[in-house]
Amino acid sequence: MSFLSEILQTILSGIATGCIYGLVALGFVLIYKATEVVNFAQGEMMVLGAFLAYTFITFLDLPYWVALLLATASLGIFGMLLERVVLRSLIGEPVFSIVMLTIGLGIFIRSVVSMVPSWGTETHGFKTPFADKALRYGELFVSWEHLAIILLTVALIIIIFFFFRFTRIGVAMRATAQNQLAAVYMGISVNRVFSHTWTISAALGGFAGILLSPITFVHMNMGFIGLRALPAAMLGGFESIPGAIAGGIIIGVTESVAGVYLPAGWKDIAAYIILILVLIIRPEGLFGIQKKKKV
Amino acid sequence: MPFFEAQRISIKFGGLAALNSVSFEVNRGEVFSIIGPNGAGKTTIFNCINRYYNLDEGGFIFKDMNISKVKPHVVADMGIARTFQNIELFKNMTVIENLLLSRHRHRRSNLFTESIFTKSVRKQEIESRKKSEEIIDFLDLQAYREQVVAGLPYGVQKTVELGRALAMEPELLLLDEPSSGMNMEEMEDLLFWITDIKEEFGITIIMVEHNMRLVKEISDRILALNFGQVITQDTPKVVLDHPEVMKAYLGEEGDFTKS
Amino acid sequence: MRFLMKRIYYEDIRLFKYRSTFSWYLALVIGCFLLPVLLDDYLISQFTFICIYAIAAVGLMFLTGYTGQISLGHSAFFAIGAYTCAIITTRGGHFMLALPAAGILAGLVGIIIGLPALRLSGLYLAIATMGFAFIVEEILIRWETLTHGSLGMMVEFPSIGSFAFNTENRFYYLTFILLILTIILARNILRSPTGRALIAIRDSEVAAQAIGISLPRYKTMAFAISAFFTGIAGSLYAHKLTFINPESFTIMVSVELLAMIIIGGLGSLHGAVYGAIFVIFLPQLIITTKDYMPSFLRDQTGLEPALYGLLIMLFILFEPMGIYGRWLKIKFYFEMFPLYKKDTFRRERKFYKAERR
Repeated sequence: MSFLSEILQTILSGIATGCIYGLVALGFVLIYKATEVVNFAQGEMMVLGAFLAYTFITFLDLPYWVALLLATASLGIFGMLLERVVLRSLIGEPVFSIVMLTIGLGIFIRSVVSMVPSWGTETHGFKTPFADKALRYGELFVSWEHLAIILLTVALIIIIFFFFRFTRIGVAMRATAQNQLAAVYMGISVNRVFSHTWTISAALGGFAGILLSPITFVHMNMGFIGLRALPAAMLGGFESIPGAIAGGIIIGVTESVAGVYLPAGWKDIAAYIILILVLIIRPEGLFGIQKKKKV
Repeated sequence: MPFFEAQRISIKFGGLAALNSVSFEVNRGEVFSIIGPNGAGKTTIFNCINRYYNLDEGGFIFKDMNISKVKPHVVADMGIARTFQNIELFKNMTVIENLLLSRHRHRRSNLFTESIFTKSVRKQEIESRKKSEEIIDFLDLQAYREQVVAGLPYGVQKTVELGRALAMEPELLLLDEPSSGMNMEEMEDLLFWITDIKEEFGITIIMVEHNMRLVKEISDRILALNFGQVITQDTPKVVLDHPEVMKAYLGEEGDFTKS
Repeated sequence: MRFLMKRIYYEDIRLFKYRSTFSWYLALVIGCFLLPVLLDDYLISQFTFICIYAIAAVGLMFLTGYTGQISLGHSAFFAIGAYTCAIITTRGGHFMLALPAAGILAGLVGIIIGLPALRLSGLYLAIATMGFAFIVEEILIRWETLTHGSLGMMVEFPSIGSFAFNTENRFYYLTFILLILTIILARNILRSPTGRALIAIRDSEVAAQAIGISLPRYKTMAFAISAFFTGIAGSLYAHKLTFINPESFTIMVSVELLAMIIIGGLGSLHGAVYGAIFVIFLPQLIITTKDYMPSFLRDQTGLEPALYGLLIMLFILFEPMGIYGRWLKIKFYFEMFPLYKKDTFRRERKFYKAERR
């Protein structure tokens, strides 16, 4: 295979994984914008989404698309419940506490997943409608798996864009993200906004997990990949939605290229090296805004 | 040479000039007030002195040294203390701990001597405590010594803020609206304290204030600002009768009758 | 209620507030010295682990509890200390040399990490340190000439001259004495200008700068001190296990340490020790209560981490001041009895984003 097509292929698969990172990063950014908290359990949302989809497809014989929607919706409900039961009582507490809480939550979810009877600690997989299909273009061999991920991500981003721009809930979420007190004065129920934020964020995580399953297969530790989306969110500055997606793609492509052209081991830490480099050069991320406390 | 001098300082935020070629001089041992309506740029001057903002043009000269480009903590090291409009105390510490902290620039110990707590460290700590107690006596804070700052009433917190600045044993003290939020009694106390600071401790004071009575009674010279520019700079009598100053605060005659 | 009448300034700065406190602590230390007489080897081994983790927790407490900088990267310092000590001793170096060397090297890496970290705060710092931990873990796996990669390294028992710490009891005394030394050093630093400066940075960076505290200098110092203690703990860890490989130093070690200082109580040295005790004894607790649990839970390997995660969450929800905090509240209740007011320890909630910085 010629070098050009090899590198194009590498980049393309990098974009695909980058899209997934971007989706997870989007989940991080949404919660951060609204509540100034990073949900370290976002990776575990991926795990739950993937396992639920696996269960729906394998044990309930549901078609892929139904399972996708159902699992995503279930994660959304899970996120809402999580917010209502656990996180609502922590509004106003220092950020550190909430971060540690989400770390604990992540550990808890991961372990519980390993204890569910048919899930356990083994690796599972399920068939997607794109399996084993590919596009050929000359020497390029693009698998439909990757293509589907990219297309679905784009579709989702468009939906989200319109949601935030034009729906009442979306605008309310943006307002709350900027200034909680003013939002309250304007009649926005901040509690409801938090609820929505966590719902959407969890759903995004689940969706990303389902998309990721064909690539990494379904197992309880796949959430660690979610941690790699944190650098993606940070690259984007943690405040900007397009930044999160862009950050995800940058990291995805870099990892992919590193995996093919650099010795073993570089792939796994590529994300973090980029992160540290960017933070040294531009601490507020590529798209972020520098903030100073007013005295 | 004047004790402290600002030379044509300018700073812009976005397109807005917060300070526009402002110059003033402060003599050693005097109380120098800066007045002006809200948004005139008074606190901005302090923030620039403290190096929270970078000046676009101009500079500050303190005791013949140019301090326009040094790091924020160096400014304090050189003997310039500051109080903040919105009280920047260490809320989770007690009053005495806040004052002890201010003694930081007088320490002579380093990490290694401290970890084994040598005799010299012990002596230094006792000296710190003695000095802090003197400040507490001066400001009548004995009742609040061991209380955590976060739980204190606002007026007391402002006093602790003043104490924190004094504990540094500064040569120049920047007071940012010291009387805001205080009642009449506290204001009388403040008047006496500032007088004592000037006369007993010999500390030079630059004060941003809105309360004209305080300004009139205490200041040696006043600088009036509006929209980031100097209106005038002179003794209280001259400045407070200046027509431009009155216009800045009260508006022009007939302003309210225009439709 | 007890009132303390102080007559000279020294009484304000000494280590123990009341005479009785000193006696209690002395009794505790003596009790710990007598433990090997009462307990079997296995339990002594657990206590050794407590001492080791407590030293590391004190290290982390310096950075996160007292200076307010969150670090998810302490597994890296732990690993650096462990591997440095292992490498030096297996190449013939003396243990008494390797131990401080490990701490110092960890401290130096701490400074290197601290420098770029100066521009980051809170969350960004946490994520950057997490990245650092992953990178170090990967380096340990790949740098095979130095660390034998995934095959791991064998480490011998430490020895001073001809005296070898090759029994559980001897090693326990070694770690216990080092823990006491660590705590004394830490207390001294905390009651001096440096310690106060660190706490000042946590509470208000703006005010700290206005006082003359150089943020870069002290933040870096906090990293260095923190890394030093954690590195020392790492070396002891290596000698205790006598076999180390990169798998012992994953990001979960960082999470464990953070959990320790939170459960124990942020901002107090007691908290570090309580947290270590709690986290080490948790598996023991699970083992002893296993017989009372329903059958489908009993044999799950995931049970311990599940409870662990759950406990972290419960502590943050219901007792954010940790074990030490709860102890203080109980003491306070008895001291103020019967004048105790129910909402004395109600936390102030901060809602505005600007206020939270």
